[in-house]
Amino acid sequence: MTLRNSSRPPVFCPGCSHERITQALDTALGQMGLKGNEIAIVSDIGCSGLFDTFFHTHAMHGLHGRALTYAAGLKMAAPDLHVIVTMGDGGLGIGGAHLLSACRRNLDLSLLILNNFNFGMTGGQFSATTPRDARLSSSFLNHLEQPFDVCKVAAAAGAPFVMRCSGYDKNLPDMITKALSYKGFSLLDIWGLCTGRYTQKNPLTPKMIEAQIAALPAFTGEIAENARQEYADQYRQIIADAKKVPDPPAIGKAFVPPETGKQEVIILGSAGQRIITAGEILCLAAMGGGMRVSQKNDYPITVLRGHSVSEVILSPDPIHYTGIEKPSLILALAQEGIERAGKMFSRTDEHCLIIQAADTQIPECRGKILRVDFQKLKIKNQDRALAALGILAAAKRGISAEMLEAAVQFRFKSHVQTKALETVKQASAFFSE
Amino acid sequence: MHLTFMEGNEAVAGGAMYAGCRFFAGYPITPATTIYHNMLQLLPPAGGICMQGEDEIASIGYCLGASMAGCKVMTATSGPGISLYSENISFALGSEIPIVIVDVQRLGPSTGSATKGADGDIQFLQWGNSGGLPGIVLAPSDVRDCFVLTVTAFNLAEEFRCPVFLASNKEIAMSRESVDTDSFASLPVYERRKAASGKDFLPFSLPAGQYVPDFLPIGGPSPVRQTSSTHGPDGYITTSPEIIADSQERLRDKLISAADRICIHEEYTAENAGTLIISYGVTARSAKALYEEKRKEGPVFSLLHLKSLWPVPENTIRRIAGKYERILVAEMNLGQYVREMQRILPGKEVRFLGQMNGQIITPQQIGRALEK
Repeated sequence: MTLRNSSRPPVFCPGCSHERITQALDTALGQMGLKGNEIAIVSDIGCSGLFDTFFHTHAMHGLHGRALTYAAGLKMAAPDLHVIVTMGDGGLGIGGAHLLSACRRNLDLSLLILNNFNFGMTGGQFSATTPRDARLSSSFLNHLEQPFDVCKVAAAAGAPFVMRCSGYDKNLPDMITKALSYKGFSLLDIWGLCTGRYTQKNPLTPKMIEAQIAALPAFTGEIAENARQEYADQYRQIIADAKKVPDPPAIGKAFVPPETGKQEVIILGSAGQRIITAGEILCLAAMGGGMRVSQKNDYPITVLRGHSVSEVILSPDPIHYTGIEKPSLILALAQEGIERAGKMFSRTDEHCLIIQAADTQIPECRGKILRVDFQKLKIKNQDRALAALGILAAAKRGISAEMLEAAVQFRFKSHVQTKALETVKQASAFFSE
Repeated sequence: MHLTFMEGNEAVAGGAMYAGCRFFAGYPITPATTIYHNMLQLLPPAGGICMQGEDEIASIGYCLGASMAGCKVMTATSGPGISLYSENISFALGSEIPIVIVDVQRLGPSTGSATKGADGDIQFLQWGNSGGLPGIVLAPSDVRDCFVLTVTAFNLAEEFRCPVFLASNKEIAMSRESVDTDSFASLPVYERRKAASGKDFLPFSLPAGQYVPDFLPIGGPSPVRQTSSTHGPDGYITTSPEIIADSQERLRDKLISAADRICIHEEYTAENAGTLIISYGVTARSAKALYEEKRKEGPVFSLLHLKSLWPVPENTIRRIAGKYERILVAEMNLGQYVREMQRILPGKEVRFLGQMNGQIITPQQIGRALEK
């Protein structure tokens, strides 16, 4: 039985070992009794990229060095498919990250490396496996670089099956069968002759290959310390128990907001003050009053230090522009945030309410300032923003106390909710005084 | 009416699930990462696959493999990642592999500013491929669009077998808004056209009257070939100039001929206005804000809000722009889509307003540009 494509015979240079390997692959597929539709050959670029055309199987031929990525997508989506990747030593270099990732991941793919120590198709340039003393069209460059042993690299990266062999080994079909039959990522480093380019100036024969392989550390298949469960099996086992995430909850209008117009709110604080959560709670509270809302946040790329700023718009109408033009409410809770958005103060008018933490300084502005000594009120730094919302609600600006309470109940559960409600109560008591 | 509070990226993930996405792969990058996080929450319980690639090239590579196995696929990135996607975008275009690609644009060039918005990739998304074939680019302007246009992107990718881009922007992706999700429930969902029979299946042959070949998955009962090489109907390399030319022209024409059908736009017309503002993305919202504000005072300008950018809906734009003397194109870059407007509206005064400073163009800036 053969899966060879009779209308597409191999087109390799005379004496090229790829032709023998093509035949050995066909023999192996026959030994395994596989049908063409049970196999996908994913081929890389260069002479190894021709392999898919010689077989009546599924085939995917893509970009240089990326064959392992297409193969991974195919295998994850079609787990019963036998996925074989053919790649040269060129692909090893350009696709190095994918090779390492395939070794680490252990998805059930078989990588056949057609290792002939140079870029044949483009005219014999050096690759990641070219010996330093080889004479190639890339002149002295390969004399400067150390080739890597892909078997050692793969083993170090976690590949559970690594085998090195000659393309002239009479047992090649059996070796390919062994690699293809392995449940997990298997790598077969097949050494061969590039008669078109490499052997023109570099003497190499099947016997020499045999001797060179014999002199290297042996890689004969399974690597015990890398043996583990196959990736896709494990993936499916884990997701079998995955619980559906509930749809994001919706809020309907339940309250009448204390003010009917659009509010532009800016919360100026520092990391750790839960500024963004406070912005969210303000939005949820306003949504309970039937308002449209938007929230944009600004904070440094590292966490737990620096400014934290939240810009919130509450509006009875759809919100188009999401920037703050003229703030109507400012919560100035930490100096870092105030410095970040200092310009906002100059845009205020007499209708703007500014809740200013007593330990901050703010630029000159035209709004009404309400100074709050949070420390004196025994409100922790992390609760400052929420407490400021409590004051806002007590002052009937933007949201009401009942809207805020409903938002806290919506956002927090159990003891966190109880504590949050206490903080809000404490802050609104201050306002009443 | 009940409203839900979510960010644009969350809505993209929700839209993808609604459209039947079964495979997502991404690489962490601000401001696109939360799409990946959301897909990781949503896909596994639905039996889908979500993976983190070792780099952006791998992420899109996994997606192309999974798409060829018949899955609806999506990936998401930002400027630096979309650059790495480029060679696989060319593959998907030339070899007709459906995929939705979300580009949450951030201020470039290069790594630029990870947390600042821009619409700086608008020409790149169209022409950032080798070979010069067109693709489809949709541009959301708010959270609702993020959901709806993601569903549309999947439908178009399946129908036309091509990459469809969602040109999002940090300002939309990471801003949270109240949105009415009930209105999402009636959106249609399209599946790619399958070949009726696998017998003698030629992966790129065209049934009579079709611009797009029928699909069969790799892994199905009939062997299927896919290749990035210049190919004929059988999926093997061809050197025939006639076959090559037919194929290239078809890949262009399948989208260009459908440009006005693909077109998604909103039109706000002020009677007797002399100026038409053409805008998209988050900038269109500033124009809309100005339109709502000025409308009370009488006719000032009309607004064409484009939600699909490529292929350029030339006939639609010409028809709408016809009666205006002046066109003002406002976009969050130094002048990209305006080039298309200059190209298709010769004889009109085409003005431009743009900026690259990480800030949204304000309604006031648009107002001032109108007065000039």
